[in-house]
Amino acid sequence: MKKRMVAMLLAGGQGSRLGVLTSSMAKPAVPFGGKYRIIDFPLSNCVNSDIDTVGVLTQYRPLALNSYIGTGQHWDLDRIHGGVFVLPPYVTAVDGRWYTGTANAIYQNREFVDQYDPDYVLILSGDHIYKMDYGEMLRFHIEKEAAATIAVLPVPLEEAHRFGIMNTDDEERIVSFEEKPKQPKSNKASMGIYIFNWPVLKAYMKRDDNDPASSNDFGHDIIPSLIADGQPVFAYPFSGYWKDVGTIQSLWEANMDIISTPPKLVLNDPLWRIYSRNPIMPPHYVGKDASITQSLVTEGSRVEGKVHHSVLFYDVTIDEEAEVYDSVIFPGAVIGRGAKVYQAIVGENAHIGENAIVGGPLRHGDHVDNALTGSITLVGNDICVRAGAYLPQGTVATEDENGGRCYDK
Amino acid sequence: MTSNAFGLIYTGETNPLLRDLALTRSVAAVPFGGRYRCIDFVLSDLVNSGVTSVGLIAQKNYHSLMDHLGAGKEWDLHRKREGLFVLPPFMTKENTGLYRGSIDAIRSCLGYVRRNPEQYVILTGSHTIFNMTFDDMLSRHIQTRANITMLYNEAETTVSEEQNMDLRLILDGDGRVTEMELNPFTPRSTHRSCDVMILDKLLLEYLVEEAYSHGDYDLVRDILLKKSGTLKIMGYRYDGYVARLDSVNDFFRHNLALLQPEVRADLFNPKHPIYTKVKDEVSARYGENAKVKNAMLADGCTIEGTVENSILFRGVAVKKGAVVKNSILMQAVTIGENCQMDHVILDKGVTIRDNRTLTGYDGFPIILKKGTTI
Repeated sequence: MKKRMVAMLLAGGQGSRLGVLTSSMAKPAVPFGGKYRIIDFPLSNCVNSDIDTVGVLTQYRPLALNSYIGTGQHWDLDRIHGGVFVLPPYVTAVDGRWYTGTANAIYQNREFVDQYDPDYVLILSGDHIYKMDYGEMLRFHIEKEAAATIAVLPVPLEEAHRFGIMNTDDEERIVSFEEKPKQPKSNKASMGIYIFNWPVLKAYMKRDDNDPASSNDFGHDIIPSLIADGQPVFAYPFSGYWKDVGTIQSLWEANMDIISTPPKLVLNDPLWRIYSRNPIMPPHYVGKDASITQSLVTEGSRVEGKVHHSVLFYDVTIDEEAEVYDSVIFPGAVIGRGAKVYQAIVGENAHIGENAIVGGPLRHGDHVDNALTGSITLVGNDICVRAGAYLPQGTVATEDENGGRCYDK
Repeated sequence: MTSNAFGLIYTGETNPLLRDLALTRSVAAVPFGGRYRCIDFVLSDLVNSGVTSVGLIAQKNYHSLMDHLGAGKEWDLHRKREGLFVLPPFMTKENTGLYRGSIDAIRSCLGYVRRNPEQYVILTGSHTIFNMTFDDMLSRHIQTRANITMLYNEAETTVSEEQNMDLRLILDGDGRVTEMELNPFTPRSTHRSCDVMILDKLLLEYLVEEAYSHGDYDLVRDILLKKSGTLKIMGYRYDGYVARLDSVNDFFRHNLALLQPEVRADLFNPKHPIYTKVKDEVSARYGENAKVKNAMLADGCTIEGTVENSILFRGVAVKKGAVVKNSILMQAVTIGENCQMDHVILDKGVTIRDNRTLTGYDGFPIILKKGTTI
């Protein structure tokens, strides 16, 4: 059955900058915002934009992602024609290889796309948090008679050197593209969201695949060669919340952005719901001596202690006299009696022992390797922090060399 | 796992003692526990017992029930083979469409009963709330060669004016039911029926047809009470928490009982999850001045004020300066700024404008019906 537009979601990233959070799952499966996983955002955006066919391209630790997506019923993507498909790399009689780049991932799955004979293909990435109507972007693309359209976000000029920057003319047509320019000429940063006319993209992917020097990447190879050939490539201006949650710091910040007053990212939006797999748990319980302010709490959790300015996922326990500030507590984690947690991300099913301190100030003589975490303290999934332990800020609590899950440094 | 039984849930119960709570909905659809409806419990119990075919007899005011259940997807009962069958009243030459009672209702769906390949039927009501599986009860039923096995628990004392379908079982030393009493003035037994029985589907068919031919229409009065001498009816005791929503006071009391950890652990045993319709609400949001103590809150709530000893369903908003105590606020209730609420039950979508005060009493909570604005 023909589809007007098919979405291809690049979910392959290992997300090595998220450290221990992605040791057992791909980045898009990382929890976000109390009830969600990162991938819920692009998937819900697709459904809310009336796109009902989505390919999810992955090659790193696909189990968590695969079982999370399932048949797609939680996003209303279990369809007779279309739906959501997880697409790992595969071998054929003649060859077979890993996805060598973002463009190569799509190229290897061109038969999947061709089944739907689409006019347009939407390319998304699985590590961005934002709400966007892709239908608006498609209208822009059609109106401009573009071969490709790239969604761009205005960023402060002093930060533009961190992004792929589009230089455009008055008609929003892209005249040049610079990856992380030292002297940015514009503040239009690529959001990693592209619409291509499918026949055009197919032709360029084929050419790119034959070029052994190419890194098979949209940003590095495909887009620059379209622009170089004078193809009509346009920049679709987006205004609204958008965040790349590729680092511990930005993942933490994006969580904090939902609980700021007023929230920078509004999730309680009946017209643009974010869908997710439901954990099937009763409403949360708040104890007799509990105190919760400026926070999000959800199903299955029990709070007996104090929670301030934090995001609690489902099935979390905050015991008596425990205190949690400016933190993100992933599903199933337990904060033991009297423990204190400051500016931390506590992983799934982690257990913080009684009276432990997570994210305390650096004491004299403390040496912390915080290259990944900055000021955020990170407790890995399934890690048990010994009672009374002291984790100075920036610490990464993770398995020891022998795979032991008890952290007692 | 129970593979040789199917479920049949009768939702025709009415109960005037629930006043406005069951005015526009069947008792089965009465909200309970922050995000559930009564029926979610017995339906989940069946699913957790491995039952894959459930017939649901709808009778009165079943719109909100159908809306809630849909195709049964959320209970994993949306199947190619078997699954959830909603059986609404219909009219034919022999069927008037209106049921006088449970016998009429079951008789009109005997086709469904016959079609099921399973031998046993687990026949349940829909307004008794508990979390158990029926596997052991079924094996006991088979082992004792009983005609009927009835589930009961040790009931609390009831006030006679709040008695509703209070069926007491009088048992002999072997656990066999020798006699039954419906709404007795002074009960001779503490064993109260939990509205669940297991029997062979051929026996059900026979009993229903026989009673119908005598012009009888009520399963309890016309079959169970009369047959306890002739049929081998066994009792099966359940020791967990049982919530019966007999009256508004019961509704109030059993909801607030969820604030006790033992009751929560029993009714929401993680091994046997209670399924319900998913609404994709966001997490509950606590504001700067929120003060919440001893309360159960569902997703989608926004709390700026004070909440104590209360149950808040999905999407409730409590504005700044408002104080809510000892209350049950159903889905999408809004409490305006500086309101004082104590001992109130606010049905779905009730809006309380700023600065209002409502106070009920223990034993007489104030109820506002669906959609009221004050």
